[in-house]
Amino acid sequence: MFRKQSSEVKKPLFDRIFPPRTIVVGGHTVEKPRSRMWLITLGLVLAVSVSVVLTKFDIGLLIRRFYQFQVILSKIFNPKWSYFPKVLDPLLDTIKMSVLGSVIGSVLALPFSIAASANIIKNNVIVAILRVLLNIVRTLPTLVIASISALMFGLGTFAGTVAISIFTFGIVSKMMYESIETVDMGAFEAMEALGSTKFRAFWSSVFPQILPTYLSHCLYSFEINIRAASILGYVGAGGLGILINDRVGFRDYEGLGMVLITLFVVVLIIDNTSQYLRRKLS
Amino acid sequence: MQKTLNPIESMYENRPKRWWIYTLTVLLFAVLLGWSSSAIEFRGIAAKGSEVAYGIIYGIVHPDPNLLFTFSTEGVPYLLLETVAIAVLGTLIGGLLAVPFSFLASENVMPKWAAFIVRALILMIRTIPSLVWALVWIRVTGPGPFCGVVTQSICSIGMISKMYINAIADLDTRILESLDAVGCTTFQKIRYGILPQLYANFVSTIIYRFDINIKDATTLGIVGAGGIGAALIQCINGRRWSMVGAFLFGMIILMLIIDFFSTRVRKKLARG
Repeated sequence: MFRKQSSEVKKPLFDRIFPPRTIVVGGHTVEKPRSRMWLITLGLVLAVSVSVVLTKFDIGLLIRRFYQFQVILSKIFNPKWSYFPKVLDPLLDTIKMSVLGSVIGSVLALPFSIAASANIIKNNVIVAILRVLLNIVRTLPTLVIASISALMFGLGTFAGTVAISIFTFGIVSKMMYESIETVDMGAFEAMEALGSTKFRAFWSSVFPQILPTYLSHCLYSFEINIRAASILGYVGAGGLGILINDRVGFRDYEGLGMVLITLFVVVLIIDNTSQYLRRKLS
Repeated sequence: MQKTLNPIESMYENRPKRWWIYTLTVLLFAVLLGWSSSAIEFRGIAAKGSEVAYGIIYGIVHPDPNLLFTFSTEGVPYLLLETVAIAVLGTLIGGLLAVPFSFLASENVMPKWAAFIVRALILMIRTIPSLVWALVWIRVTGPGPFCGVVTQSICSIGMISKMYINAIADLDTRILESLDAVGCTTFQKIRYGILPQLYANFVSTIIYRFDINIKDATTLGIVGAGGIGAALIQCINGRRWSMVGAFLFGMIILMLIIDFFSTRVRKKLARG
């Protein structure tokens, strides 16, 4: 009788190939699934060995030439302070790009994430199509978007802002539709039952619930964006990346150290402020 | 003047009125926005901008089949495999390296000052963009996928140890006391008291980082650290749109697949 019941529930493939051990304890039959550890280990070993071959992994090379890393690192930690005035302008560019990109991206993300939430939009097809689209946007690396938009809009900060906006749009809309789906819809239904329009009900019952999360997601993406924007200059999209490319090209690691320390301080300040605000929001 | 308010109305009248906070926030926000919009020097679409836009769309609709379905070292499948290989090794090594770092940075294991120093170090690793790490490591290892592996191993430490530290902070240490009372050795305490608490969280973190690293590995190639990035950027700058389309197509498919599986596994791990 037990047999019949358990076969009705579809078992995972693994349990069908390696049937669970049946243990009889005081008249009760208990099924103990076989350990899957060996399968996972086998897969990992296989993946690692293939990767080692493909990437020409050579720990000896690393140890032999490690002194080189120490040389560069000691130069980076010995920054050229006189270089600071030249860092300032690109730094401000980077910050401006990420502020503007974050705002544009998050504003665009709001309607799309609402339309991609299964609890608001009842049409499954629209939700599925939108989600696939949003997923595709998220897979595009920022540097690739930046280099394409640099070709389209010319070199400079505008291309970087476009790249940051698209990147922000991708992550904020994903985080948003996931949080919108956890919203309590009871208030919305109650307002609808009282005769308010769908928009009115959404505005007064759902929107206040998602607003703090939305702002928190925006701040989070802003934190990430500062870091992302700092390298966009590498493909010609303005900001600190131009300097980084320059300094490495001239092997001026003391100058690079100055750029990195400035970036470090700015990121520290922005991270802490934003984390403080996010804690307040939640 | 004396109005009889029912309790609901009086509650509504007494609601906290923080209009000045809102006004201040909006004002601050507007100033910030105005200031940053000075960065925008929109000079219209570049001379060949519309051509580029058309090229991108054309390329994605017509990906180069020769590139998409060969198994030579120039083809999309090989380059994608190389990218995945970089991410696999980088994430695993990074995940292992992050373990000592995160224990050293935990305040319930180490003295406060020592934890603070290690935390500062982790923050430093996290702040420096991976592209910069790659530029530094390339002087050590030379160009090639091995540089990507080393870069990702170091970069991953930052984020992974940050997540590990949170998991370690949530450790239930009372279990260790009861294991002590039963008479367990140190090794047994770690094996049965600590590992089961951390394992799911650590694996979940590593898989999450793997997701990020795959995406990162596709761009590391721009500086010559292996993977698909180098060929992709060359094709973009050379405006060979059907080749760009083939690369993007392969990347999108790969990342959608990995995203799908990693979300599933992480959901399973979260549920226990």
